[in-house]
Amino acid sequence: MTDAAAEIDTVATEPALILRIRGRLTLAEMAGAGARLRAVAADRPVTLDLSRLLRLDTAGAWAIVTLRARLAAEGHALRIEHAAPEVESLLVAVEAALPRAESEPRPRRSLPDRLDALGRRVAGAGHTGAEMLGIFGLFLARLGRSLVHPREFRLTALVHHCEEVGFRAVPIVALMAFLIGVVLAFQGAVQLRQFGAEVFVVDLIAISILRELGILLTSIIVAGRTASAFTAAIGSMKMREEIDAMRTLGLDPAAMLFVPRILALLLMLPILGLIANVAGLFGGGLMAWLTLDISPGMFLTRLVDGTDVENVMVGLVKAPAFAVIIGVVGCHAGMKVGSNAESLGRQTSSAVVAAIFAVIVADAVFSVFFAQVGI
Amino acid sequence: MRNADAEIVIRVRGLVTRFGPQVVHDGLDLDVRRGEILGIVGGSGTGKSVLLREIVGLMRPAAGQIEMLGTDVQQATEAERAMLESRIGVMFQDGALFSSLTVRENVEVPMRAVPGLDPATRAALADLKISLAGLPYLAGDKYPSELSGGMRKRAGLARALARDPEIVFLDEPTAGLDPIGASAFDRLIHRLSRAMGLTVFLVTHDLDTLHAVCDRVAVLAERRVLVTGTMQEMLDVDHPWVHDYFHGPRARAALATAGKE
Repeated sequence: MTDAAAEIDTVATEPALILRIRGRLTLAEMAGAGARLRAVAADRPVTLDLSRLLRLDTAGAWAIVTLRARLAAEGHALRIEHAAPEVESLLVAVEAALPRAESEPRPRRSLPDRLDALGRRVAGAGHTGAEMLGIFGLFLARLGRSLVHPREFRLTALVHHCEEVGFRAVPIVALMAFLIGVVLAFQGAVQLRQFGAEVFVVDLIAISILRELGILLTSIIVAGRTASAFTAAIGSMKMREEIDAMRTLGLDPAAMLFVPRILALLLMLPILGLIANVAGLFGGGLMAWLTLDISPGMFLTRLVDGTDVENVMVGLVKAPAFAVIIGVVGCHAGMKVGSNAESLGRQTSSAVVAAIFAVIVADAVFSVFFAQVGI
Repeated sequence: MRNADAEIVIRVRGLVTRFGPQVVHDGLDLDVRRGEILGIVGGSGTGKSVLLREIVGLMRPAAGQIEMLGTDVQQATEAERAMLESRIGVMFQDGALFSSLTVRENVEVPMRAVPGLDPATRAALADLKISLAGLPYLAGDKYPSELSGGMRKRAGLARALARDPEIVFLDEPTAGLDPIGASAFDRLIHRLSRAMGLTVFLVTHDLDTLHAVCDRVAVLAERRVLVTGTMQEMLDVDHPWVHDYFHGPRARAALATAGKE
């Protein structure tokens, strides 16, 4: 027995066109013999001789059955001869299962449809904002409740999340702030040297890190680390119906999941911001010493004299707001996860993007506010 | 045309499987004949699904030989493996459909390996397989998350059948289905295997399935295949576990319904 590709012999006799299939008519033959078979043009009844057929699978049977259907539509009969019993039964099974094309063509999207979709997205964005506000409200309500009933408060979970969110983020945050300080000192030195005003590099570093960069970059890193972790953790619980199980057991998901997470962020982000400030100043001071010969003592004097402590306050006062934004976005995205893994991935990445975006927008709002009140 | 042992499509000899200190299979032998529906039963943790995964090459046993369609599964070269994979189909417990693809695209995935197959033919054949598996035509456009558990299993079967395999492996095909859905699935497996000349390797706990579709049953116990035979022969085995399994209240109920049909 050989793996012969199927061949179709065509014999035109008077009453009927005889097609004889030799070899195996299988899925692998669909590009060749199968396509030729389905494309047979007939002007008279057709007889299909299967006496030399070696093997037929559902793809081959489909080719025969669709040929028969097409010929019938053109008004010619197809007769099958010398089919083995199993071939016969396969043809019957395939014919019975042949899907009827009942699908209507996809409707084209018109301009009103597009406008409608746009409107829905805008309304959806408003709705999402309202939902996030709802989660924030729920967080405050449950937090207030646990003040009244301290026994319901989940201290262990809070400590665990503080470790995850805060302690474990210290190395990356400190390293990032250190490098930013180094870069600022270096770039500032290059520019300020032109005016002989090298010593002002201390003010440059201090004000930019303490007011803006320290807390903003820390929040962006935490948004990337923690918002995604919140979404993944809550989302996978949602996916496996654990959150529904909590509800039926009388446990409140908001109190169990949102409060410890958002509260941990609220406690940890100012601390991380402070660490970032210190690391940034250290990096800047080191670079100033190495490239500008500003000794650490001089740096410190200049820092204390020239920079108001107000700058630190202006920076760190933003931390709680950023913490709430990151926590709420992460928890909200987690609750939006559906029943499949794909939506978990989509929500996780969108949580990171939304959290970073919201943090930057909030930072801009703070800047405008501080400028207006003159701090 | 065929040599004498072509009749046996899967031959397992002296199979040993270990997970750390725990021995799951110890000298397991099994033969699967062409065209039969073989049911694998056994208690939880006797390694039924592990056996399936070893035969299809997803896991390597600690020792022993597995031969499928004349090829040694463990010694096979890349080309032989690819050849083998095109001749088998596996349906996992929950369908294991790719969640980012529609049902039709899922069924088309194995067919993409066939050279020269144009997209229209592929889509039409996928629709045929979906319909053969007993799903409505419009199910092809749906995503797996939009289907019920029973429909996902049918879609998984459609994908397993996409390349007209000679052997299909079904892992608990009726688990989690309602009784009507389960018996419909039983009939589907039986009908398809007879129409397409399939060999079916069926891991199941469902006694109704065993009665309704299996030509032979192999019982996994004591780290090996304890007995094989028809359902009738199983009733006469006097090993305590086998006796409990096939004579328990559920077994008698299944037997009674099978008798009525």
